[in-house]
Amino acid sequence: MGETIILEVARYSPERDAEPTLQTYEVPFRKEWVILDALNHVKDQMDGSLTYRWSCRMGICGSCGMMVNGEPRLSCATFLSSYAGNGNKVRVEPLRYFPVVRDLVTEVSDFLGKLKTVKPWLIPQEEPPLTQEFLQTPEQLEDYKQFAMCINCTLCYSACPVVGLDPKFVGPAAIALAQRYNKDSRDRGAEERTAVLAHPDGIWGCTFVGECTRVCPKHVDPAGAIQQYKVKAALEWVKKLVMPWGDKDRQTKTEDVHNAAA
Amino acid sequence: MDTSTHDLLLVGGGGAGLRAAIAAAEVDSKLSIAVVSKVYPMRSHTVSAEGGAAGVVKPDDSLDEHAYDTISGGDWLCDQDAVEAFVKEAPLELTQLEHWGCPWSREPDGHIAVRAFGGMKKKRTWFAADKTGFHMLHTLFQTTLKYDPITRYDEWFVTKLLVDDGRVMGVVAIELMSGKIQAITAKAVILCTGGCGRVFPFTTNANIKNGDGMALACRAGAPLKDMEFVQYHPTGLPFTGILITEAARAEGGYLLNKDGYRYLQDYNLGTPEPKPVLRCMELGPRDRLSQAFVKEEQKARTLETPYGSVVHLDLRHMGEKVINTKLPFVRELCLKYQNIDPVTDLVPVRPVVHYMMGGVSTDSNGATPLAGLYAAGEVACVSINGANRLGSNSLPECLVFGARAGKAAAEFCLEHEAPHDRVLTQARDERQRLEKQFLHKSGGKERIATIRTEMQKAVETSAGIYREEKLLTEATGTLGELQHRFGNVMLDDRSHTFNTELQSALELGFMLDVAESIVQCALARRESRGAHQRTDYPARDDRSFLAHSLLFRNPDGTMRVEYAPVKVTRWPPGERVYGQAQEHPTEAKDEAKQDATLAPSRRAS
Repeated sequence: MGETIILEVARYSPERDAEPTLQTYEVPFRKEWVILDALNHVKDQMDGSLTYRWSCRMGICGSCGMMVNGEPRLSCATFLSSYAGNGNKVRVEPLRYFPVVRDLVTEVSDFLGKLKTVKPWLIPQEEPPLTQEFLQTPEQLEDYKQFAMCINCTLCYSACPVVGLDPKFVGPAAIALAQRYNKDSRDRGAEERTAVLAHPDGIWGCTFVGECTRVCPKHVDPAGAIQQYKVKAALEWVKKLVMPWGDKDRQTKTEDVHNAAA
Repeated sequence: MDTSTHDLLLVGGGGAGLRAAIAAAEVDSKLSIAVVSKVYPMRSHTVSAEGGAAGVVKPDDSLDEHAYDTISGGDWLCDQDAVEAFVKEAPLELTQLEHWGCPWSREPDGHIAVRAFGGMKKKRTWFAADKTGFHMLHTLFQTTLKYDPITRYDEWFVTKLLVDDGRVMGVVAIELMSGKIQAITAKAVILCTGGCGRVFPFTTNANIKNGDGMALACRAGAPLKDMEFVQYHPTGLPFTGILITEAARAEGGYLLNKDGYRYLQDYNLGTPEPKPVLRCMELGPRDRLSQAFVKEEQKARTLETPYGSVVHLDLRHMGEKVINTKLPFVRELCLKYQNIDPVTDLVPVRPVVHYMMGGVSTDSNGATPLAGLYAAGEVACVSINGANRLGSNSLPECLVFGARAGKAAAEFCLEHEAPHDRVLTQARDERQRLEKQFLHKSGGKERIATIRTEMQKAVETSAGIYREEKLLTEATGTLGELQHRFGNVMLDDRSHTFNTELQSALELGFMLDVAESIVQCALARRESRGAHQRTDYPARDDRSFLAHSLLFRNPDGTMRVEYAPVKVTRWPPGERVYGQAQEHPTEAKDEAKQDATLAPSRRAS
């Protein structure tokens, strides 16, 4: 293990470059350093023009996603030491499948637009007064909790081959977020969200490669959410054929909420 | 120059900012509301809050007890009228967030679960496992998406408040993506930019916590209040400064010195028991625990590491199941960043700068003395936190005072005329300043990081857990020199596209102002109270200092400190007592009602 490690960083400035190039920096190798510490060392001591986003440095704000040796990773949660054996070299590039603004900074407004389309807010039937909470058992919480853990870091979009082929695909994080609300016992908005999810750019775009789940730093399972939703959507379609008079399940859920608010 | 205009403009999109935006939108759906934030709102530092949010909700608890814990925890520097409003509205705000979908942890019967927290005599801290801030922020952000009147300016950096004729009328901001410098005018502005932990070298705070709002307000003529009160959280991971939540102790964790001894028993915090006891030992207030650490260090009873002395947080006896259910993020952070497992290993921890009690001086509605300017959340000082904030009071503070400021500012907008074009001249001047001072400057040789590191060292050395006149005086000199050298700063980056180096330079400028305000206020307060401990004035002095510091910036750029009375309603200043023996007034003494005439209104220097 050397005293230093080589960082190969993708550099791109729209004011100057036609396309990205790799720039090499030799930085100290310290076992407690993550990729982000190495980038900060470059920016502070060597080249103030190196451009990237970061904030919390504890894996919760979701700002610092990058491709590290070709894998989407949070740079604050990826240790340099993991790459020490690999010719003492590590390559850092912007997250794949996003337009690059500059260096390691990607354009994420399209992603935010997609989040909004799935109506990621609670759509209750009836809100109790402010002196009273909705009842929700720990088991009911457990039903949706893992889908609520998404930090919007967009690593899953960079891992998803469908996003790469079809930029209109609403994508793993947005679908998981829709499921987060659909599966919340307080919510009655599943039908409103169906319009987006059942669209060809919604869940049906997914070919179930499962890369989104594999790269998620917060152990959310977007692939699982998509599969659950596909099954549910298929069932709904069948139900509409055989039970054109209405959805009994839905009525039961409505009774539950009245009990809960009582 | 490009200009856009709104009725109300918020700077910052964290817990307080988003709550304020929704509150304003609900006052009148026709108001045009802008949220200007240097990061996407869900990146805001609220996201890092772990342990929970206090609000009285259980039948064994009362608003008076929450108020008393807060006021005694704050060493009687809180404004008690504000505290009373706060404890009353906190449960309603937390319930409102529940109605918006926040995944609060629950009792088996489906009701909200609460946990113990430091300095609190009852269990009243709502939590969403140990990612409470994360869940609150994402719930708020997602909820704002359904409000059409809210326009977001994501990744816009505010450099200046526009003030004309004693009224704030908007901001100048840089769109990071394009480098465009433009004016955004508004009838009123609410600052919700959070704290300033990055003024110190070792902090739990995110990289974005640079005291932007404090410096913006102070430069615009609004006073800062109680800036000497900086909270050290007793349990940060060495090297990174990542926070290990107080909930780890509330759920039963012990603090051990190098001999495996629960040393807090030596510091007037009660006697050790196997299970956590409220307001005792590990559940004492943060200021006292951090001070106890320094005393242990002086007795050579801490452990040495390459990143400073540490003590141990012991969670092992709690078992894997409790740790996984109640403290999953603590385990994740220890495994990922410290390579240890709290289920089987001791966690090394040391005190770490965590929170700024002081901030932009506001009343209970978030209004500053400057017309049209409001503030809420950590950037503000109402004050409900006094000389030491209790854990789990800051998240509900964001909600209660975010909502109050949003409502008050919206009403201000309905009653006032649109800003006039005169302010645009100021905006053009500001653009010229940015270009001349940074982007088009030739020469200069100072690196941002060098000045920043020296500033952090100066502030930590002088205004750390213990302070004294000599070091504080030295620091004022050092900071003055650094201000001067800052004028000689050189940027490698002259690009218009996402110029993070320009942003860092402007943040450093803000931090230098904030650093000076902390040191000046610490120097002027010749007593020890809460988180402000002067070795040369070790006692609390209510005769002279039961008063808020107010820091003003003079026209020549120097600062001056004045004092304003503390509002005492029902809890006269008393002794802070922790441990089993404490007497805890369950009912406030009405006869004690007094206006804080004790407090002198005078200048310090």
